[in-house]
Amino acid sequence: MAVATAPLAVPAKRKPISQSYWSLVWYRFKKNKLGVFGGVVLIVLYVSFTLIPEFLAPYALENRSSFAEAPPTAIRFVDAQGQLQAPFVYGLERRIDPVKRLRTWVDDTERKYPVRLFVQGDEYLFLGLIPMNVHLFGIDADPREARIFLLGADALGRDYLTRILYGGRLSLLIGLIGQFLTLVLGVTLGVISGYYGGAVDMFVQRFTEFLAAFPNIPLFMALSAAIPAFWSPIAVYFMLTVILAFLNWGGLARQVRGLVLSLREREYALAAKSFGASDWRIMFRHLMPGTMSHVIVIATLSIPGMILAETALSWLGLGLRPPLTSWGTLLQDAATVRAIRFTPWLLWVVPPILVTIFAYNMLGDGLRDALDPYSGR
Amino acid sequence: MSTSAPNGRIGETLLEVKGLKKYFPIQRGLLRRTVGYVKAVDDVSLYVREGETLGLVGESGCGKTTASRCIIRLYEPTAGQVLFKTRALSPDGSPQVVNLLELNREQMNRVREEIAMIFQDPINSLNPRMTVSDIIAEPMVIHGKYQKGVSEERIIELLRRVGLRPDHLRRYPHEFSGGQRQRIGIARALALNPRLVLCDEPVSALDVSIQAQTLNLLQDLQQEFKLSYIFVAHDLSVVQHISDRVAVMYVGKVVEMAGSEELYANPLHPYTEALLSAVPKPDPLYKSDRIIMQGDVADPSNPPKGCYFHPRCQYAIDLCRQKTPEFRELKPDHWVACHRAEELKLRGI
Ligand SMILES: Nc1ncnc2c1ncn2[C@@H]1O[C@H](COP(=O)(O)OP(=O)(O)O)[C@@H](O)[C@H]1O
Ligand SMILES: [Mg+2]
Repeated sequence: MAVATAPLAVPAKRKPISQSYWSLVWYRFKKNKLGVFGGVVLIVLYVSFTLIPEFLAPYALENRSSFAEAPPTAIRFVDAQGQLQAPFVYGLERRIDPVKRLRTWVDDTERKYPVRLFVQGDEYLFLGLIPMNVHLFGIDADPREARIFLLGADALGRDYLTRILYGGRLSLLIGLIGQFLTLVLGVTLGVISGYYGGAVDMFVQRFTEFLAAFPNIPLFMALSAAIPAFWSPIAVYFMLTVILAFLNWGGLARQVRGLVLSLREREYALAAKSFGASDWRIMFRHLMPGTMSHVIVIATLSIPGMILAETALSWLGLGLRPPLTSWGTLLQDAATVRAIRFTPWLLWVVPPILVTIFAYNMLGDGLRDALDPYSGR
Repeated sequence: MSTSAPNGRIGETLLEVKGLKKYFPIQRGLLRRTVGYVKAVDDVSLYVREGETLGLVGESGCGKTTASRCIIRLYEPTAGQVLFKTRALSPDGSPQVVNLLELNREQMNRVREEIAMIFQDPINSLNPRMTVSDIIAEPMVIHGKYQKGVSEERIIELLRRVGLRPDHLRRYPHEFSGGQRQRIGIARALALNPRLVLCDEPVSALDVSIQAQTLNLLQDLQQEFKLSYIFVAHDLSVVQHISDRVAVMYVGKVVEMAGSEELYANPLHPYTEALLSAVPKPDPLYKSDRIIMQGDVADPSNPPKGCYFHPRCQYAIDLCRQKTPEFRELKPDHWVACHRAEELKLRGI
């Protein structure tokens, strides 16, 4: 009997046949370059501003110096004689302009300090745990004698780059934690309100309308006035997060409610009910997952609002207060006519805010496009 | 709790529905005032014997889905009784007739082990975010009967039984065809070893070629697991071969109920006659004498006076316009709600 001897073709490696909803979302998201870019930028931002700012910043947050309002330090490669050198900075010398009655800083070309990577400096706890004193960069000098201020110094002679790095931690986390609380509140109440309908729904709906109709700023003033003055800054920070979440859950709850209203009549919810599933199970095992993709997009797109709210409120003096340092409190220092006229480098706090917001929007748009992975097939 | 059933059929009757009503309120305006009711189910009475299939037939919108959902209290009925011979509530597993509508939530959930439902839409009735194995396991999980290992075996066994493969376990519903999805739904319905399965148009969303397969599967399962079915369909041709008895519904009411052969051969209600005339005949030379009903199905929120069918009935007389006919047992086990049932000579097939 003639039998074909050719070996059976090895089946080509195929895409895994079974794909969950989320793996399909991920597959489509990966193809969206802008969305992925936004996501990567956010990861970089969060790592550098919330995890390791102590290491990236050349000084400690509250390390004051005599160099009040020193302008950004230039890193130089060529010395006064025109010779190429390893990067260095000049020392600073204080001048008083007798006419304008103004203090200015000029380079003292006699004193040169080399810029180094991984220099030893102020002590800190790396990731809040490991005592360390190594900083990413710095100069070889006694900090009383000379400093490196890449983005200038503030009125107390503190390095402004350091302050932006540390300030990002509170601002970025308030967006994340606040949005998380919003999500928990909004989704839970939205699901309950949509599922039960009736009086529960009525109450939740009227309450969200009340919150939406109430002017935010006075409400915020009232709530923040209610925070006792003797609370620790961290308690105040946490309270602010809670308040922001409290003001924001309404919109999300409404959207979730709408989705649940339509999902509730899907036969799979009825099927679960027909087998005796508890309300809890139907709401949180069957209905809520169906709203999740939508919720994640809304949440991503509204984190910037949260961050801006903190910034705006702190800037108005209603939010975080010194000694807490956030982008909002930094902006408060920057946003005076005097500051813009004489210390414009204090506006360097704006770019990180903008970058964060753009990145979130790009990520959110990417997620939105990936939201419905079945549509494109 | 009432335990009586007419004509001493109690020994063999598994489920008896008496005077079941479900009115959906119509609400208008800001204050959601109730301005009327959709009488989706308006006085349905029927019974199912152990091991048999009762076909429940009627045009779209006549309340079949609502009636079957009321039976397992997916909707709370407005009135009526649903008597079910259950084993779940007695400590020694002996049968006991209870009115499901009087049970509290916890008791009802125990009875739900014995009544399962298969839904019309194979796409919507499976959660798209759950794997096949999670879907079939869910009834067991809900009733605290899921045990690792044992239950997994059982799920594979169920899958095999409905004609799917064990390697389908980890897949998601969207990867299957309509017929396969309906099989998943069937496997889920069998997970708790029910005695009564409510099949709400289980094949009407499927391709014609797959309908027969699915019907055969349902019949085989009935034999094997001693199931009783209420089989909902919107025309008489689907239920012809699988029903032992058929109940015909029109605008929320059962108008006729009889054994299949009896009903197909000697219909007593003009509506049944009209539905029968629409059943396709195997003989192509057969002269079509389809009865074309005039007008539309009556509006369940504003039904006509008297017999609901009278505006479309070619035999209607004055009495039909005045008085609602009573649902009565005209011949043994042949029930009908028509004033002229005795005198009319209607055509069957
Ligand atoms: N949840 C509901 N609310 C209001 N009216 C409903 C609801 N469900 C069904 N109905 C109405 O009840 C009637 C019967 O519907 P249904 O039971 O789905 O009929 P069938 O299954 O026979 O097609 C229809 O007129 C329908 O509009
Ligand atoms: Mg229906």
